[in-house]
Amino acid sequence: MSTRRTETLVGLFVLLGLAALFFLALKAANLGNFNTEATYPIAARFDNIGGLKVRAPVRSAGVTVGRVTAITLDPKTFQGVVSMDIRQGFRFPKDSSAKILTAGLLGDQYVGLEPGAEEANLAAGAIITQTQSALVLENLIGQMLFNRAAEAGSTDGGTK
Amino acid sequence: MTDALARLGRFSLDWLRALGHSAFFFVELLRFSPAALRRFHLVLAQVNAIGNRSLVIIAASGLAVGFVLALQMYYALVTYGAAESLGLIVNLALVRELGPVVTALLFAGRAGTSLTAEIGLMKAGEQLAAMELMAIDPRARVLAPRFIGGIVSMPILALIFSTVGILGAYVVAVLLIGVDAGNFWSIMQDRVDVWRDLGNGIVKSAVFGVICTFVALYQGYESEATPEGVAHATTRTVVIASLGVLGMDFILTALMFSTP
Repeated sequence: MSTRRTETLVGLFVLLGLAALFFLALKAANLGNFNTEATYPIAARFDNIGGLKVRAPVRSAGVTVGRVTAITLDPKTFQGVVSMDIRQGFRFPKDSSAKILTAGLLGDQYVGLEPGAEEANLAAGAIITQTQSALVLENLIGQMLFNRAAEAGSTDGGTK
Repeated sequence: MTDALARLGRFSLDWLRALGHSAFFFVELLRFSPAALRRFHLVLAQVNAIGNRSLVIIAASGLAVGFVLALQMYYALVTYGAAESLGLIVNLALVRELGPVVTALLFAGRAGTSLTAEIGLMKAGEQLAAMELMAIDPRARVLAPRFIGGIVSMPILALIFSTVGILGAYVVAVLLIGVDAGNFWSIMQDRVDVWRDLGNGIVKSAVFGVICTFVALYQGYESEATPEGVAHATTRTVVIASLGVLGMDFILTALMFSTP
């Protein structure tokens, strides 16, 4: 086989491989989602972040407006500090609040931003302190049992 | 009693000797690789022989695996109303595991055996000895280009395998069964990470390329120069390369995906 033909075939083979790589990266993985759009960082303090993970979406009214970039523990207040990058186009009022919500019953957790009413907007690097922690199932059940017990105790007291 | 002991000792020593021998062979191959890269047309011819000619069986297997995975996953997932996640499961299975591993097993059978047989017969026909007489090191002229060709071909073949598999799953799930096409792709894009999943898959297939090609070349080069010797060497190539790939896959998976 002539060298020229071999070279063409190998070129075709490598091209096919590159096409496969692009398909897998852009169509079948998350590289297409990487927004090159400018973002600004904000953070929020939570008493409990539940199962929130880095790269989880930040949503407002259900629309994804940013991503969680880092999660750390504040060593002084023992609160979880969630850093987020919000897309430049979306500005939120200063008194906006953040919640950790769950997509569906068993879905992934994400941060929900609830816009406030103030005129001024959150600046880059601002920290949201009005937050609602993730629902932890164990706490919820514990609370329910406690309430039941309290109820039962009070009715018992009434009959005596 | 002492006979059994001696046999065990001989077996261990032989095994150790073969291990040390192959390690030296591997280092030699690495040492000759830069020289082979300078004679690039030799490498190109090997990529053509190893990669291009394996394309049909790799693509056909990928398509079949994609079809079957999609069907099986659909039956399992539809009970939970999660049929849309089918694309994600097929994608992760292919990109992380099946793509690199099945490609490597097919590669050992399709390209590894032909490498072993070719070199074994070259040795039997005393072509390698003739080269040495002409002061050409056969390891530089014959083995190193094949080594590089195999390492280059394997990741490309694995990528093609995964791509064809996902397209096959698309055909079955979306076109035949009627899963929603938008969800099929968007769940995939949401959950599959380029570096973590795709990147690690490519690293895996490159490592498997090294294992398969090295085993094939070593078995061919060290084969007995008789018809039976070449036949045994070819068999050993498939067995050792396949076991090596499967064992290495477990180690690599444990290293790469141990943290959630």
